[in-house]
Amino acid sequence: MEDILHHQSSQFDEELGRLRSDVLRMGGLVENQVATAIEAYGACDPRAIEETIARDQDINALEKQIDDESAQLIARRQPTAVDLRLVFGIIKIVTDLERIGDEAKKIAKGVRRICAAGSQPTQFAPAILHLAETVLVMVRESLDAFARLDSGLAQKVIVDDNGVDAEFKSIVRQLITHMTEEPNTISMVMDVIWIARSVERIGDHAKNVGEHVIFIVEGQDVRHRRLSSNGGAV
Amino acid sequence: MPNNTTQERLKAEARGLNFFYNGGIQALKNINMPIYDNRVTALIGPSGCGKSTYLRSFNRMHDLYPGNRYEGEIRFYPDDTNLLAPEVDPIEVRMRVGMVFQKPNPFPKSIYENVAYGLRVRGERNRRMLDDKVEHALRGAALWDEVKDRLQDLASNLSGGQQQRLCIARALATDPELLLFDEPTSALDPIATGAIEELVHELKKRVTILIVTHNMQQAARVSDYTAYMFLGEMIEFGKTDEIFIKPKDRRTEDYITGRMG
Repeated sequence: MEDILHHQSSQFDEELGRLRSDVLRMGGLVENQVATAIEAYGACDPRAIEETIARDQDINALEKQIDDESAQLIARRQPTAVDLRLVFGIIKIVTDLERIGDEAKKIAKGVRRICAAGSQPTQFAPAILHLAETVLVMVRESLDAFARLDSGLAQKVIVDDNGVDAEFKSIVRQLITHMTEEPNTISMVMDVIWIARSVERIGDHAKNVGEHVIFIVEGQDVRHRRLSSNGGAV
Repeated sequence: MPNNTTQERLKAEARGLNFFYNGGIQALKNINMPIYDNRVTALIGPSGCGKSTYLRSFNRMHDLYPGNRYEGEIRFYPDDTNLLAPEVDPIEVRMRVGMVFQKPNPFPKSIYENVAYGLRVRGERNRRMLDDKVEHALRGAALWDEVKDRLQDLASNLSGGQQQRLCIARALATDPELLLFDEPTSALDPIATGAIEELVHELKKRVTILIVTHNMQQAARVSDYTAYMFLGEMIEFGKTDEIFIKPKDRRTEDYITGRMG
């Protein structure tokens, strides 16, 4: 996997290279969008909210562009083996990246609702922000894993998602307790739960990207398998 | 060797097969490979890798030229005959192992006589029997409906795709157990190619098929098993589904993805 280029056809090399760099560009936008959404949450910052929402269009456009390039490449080159796995994996990865973008947008919209109602979501900031920072690292590492075709790093992202799921459940428990104690905050806390849910979903999508990277590198479909903390299948 | 092949039945098996052309050039080096019954096995590899030489060993084509030499065996089942044994008659082998070539090569005879030829060589004289077998073979080659009203026309009047199907009918007429295809569609257009590929799919219900092709997509489309050969060696043999998605050998991967310099 160390060199996926060096085809007899340099044109094919160029097309595959362009496809990969477009995915990384889309990944960069998505990563940035998640970071901006977290920033919006932490500060109730209207600029960050609007920026997060607006960026989604660029990401959607890139998804369509990459899908189109992938279809063209399949039609013209009929890729096989590692090339086929790469193109197939890319088609899956961009779907997850686009959904990460959607979740970031949902976070921004939730923050906007809370702030517009005159509340501050910062009350629950530490737990949510910790979860968000964890998934941001997962998104970054899943993209690094793709860029370097590093299945070890991809495996780490998959394992990290277990922690995110546990943390999310813990946050929900806390928020339910809070709603029970202060029913007048239910509307706001519900928005916080939706935000936490979006953060957790971003972790799921980063994990999916990791699974697609493993398929590209190793040809193994590791979806829907439980992994132990050291990355082995259970 | 592929997994999950325990339910497969062997039709033939190369064991330690070496082949030397007249003059001593070794074209095949210790080939060991199973051919499974009622399956299509594709042989792929760059020009000069030995895939056609290997294919032609199965019906003793190399015996036609003096000085060629085989070592090792090709076991043929269910009777466990070594096709290469000197005491085995090559003519008898060719009745059991038919061949279709790259370019359609009908005899300069009628459509009917082309198909009946092998049967006549075998001594079949009964006209009704011949008629039945010719029709059966032409139906098997998906050509009957196109030629049934002009069986006495010259075969050379048929289109290229029809001529190739006629050659398949000719090969089928003697009820072979194994059919060898040596790049059977490289001289045909995509429509005629599609017809031959469809036919291969149908034929494997009654006969085992070994096909040499330069067209990787064709190998992927028509075969159940694929073998990659390089410089006279069998580099990798496995299920087609696995070879084209996750080949085990880097050399196979480089070849099928077009990375060979």
